[in-house]
Amino acid sequence: MNALSITGEILVLIGTFFYFLSTLGLIRMPDVYNRMQTATKSATLGSLGVIVGVGIWAVGKGYSPAWIVQTIAVAGFLLLTNPISAHALIRAAYKRGIPLWHGSVVDKYAEHLASKTQAKKAGGETSEEVSE
Amino acid sequence: MMEINVYLALIAIATLLSTYRVFRGPTTVDRLVAVDIMTTITTGLMVLFALYYGRMIYISVAFVYALLAFGGVIAFARYLEGGL
Repeated sequence: MNALSITGEILVLIGTFFYFLSTLGLIRMPDVYNRMQTATKSATLGSLGVIVGVGIWAVGKGYSPAWIVQTIAVAGFLLLTNPISAHALIRAAYKRGIPLWHGSVVDKYAEHLASKTQAKKAGGETSEEVSE
Repeated sequence: MMEINVYLALIAIATLLSTYRVFRGPTTVDRLVAVDIMTTITTGLMVLFALYYGRMIYISVAFVYALLAFGGVIAFARYLEGGL
């Protein structure tokens, strides 16, 4: 039991705890947007902890240092792709018209869409002959 | 190696909780978010199994699984959006 093993084990413990918290948020939150928020954030942090922790733990147990390279590659890939998939999913939810929770107070995306359509309308009036 | 069993138990509880959301979720996107979280958790589980069995090649399995799950979730999201 050296310092590397203990560090890796603590990281793995934190990661699995964050996995548990993310799925708890998946159950407790009121609508799909809040669920995606809590679940994706904490699951990304948890998988970073688990995967990098396994690499450090394996080096501490006497395996080759290639473990840590491979685990950091997997962790970097997850860190890049997890927010992208969450963003695509939640944009699909918004485009399908799933309503926000009744306690939500701000909807920046609706304001953004409204301003964009207004700008397009204003621009369309000036360049009407060009488009037709 | 007894300590790994504790982490495997925590991961099992987390997977059960997200399975509840898969069956219960009121909309399709709810179920898809739960499945996305389950794939992330499964990637961590595969890396833990690599340490459990002491084989580095299992980490590559986790990498390929993460890649395919990402593609699958993106395809589902585009389909629900109506762009596929």
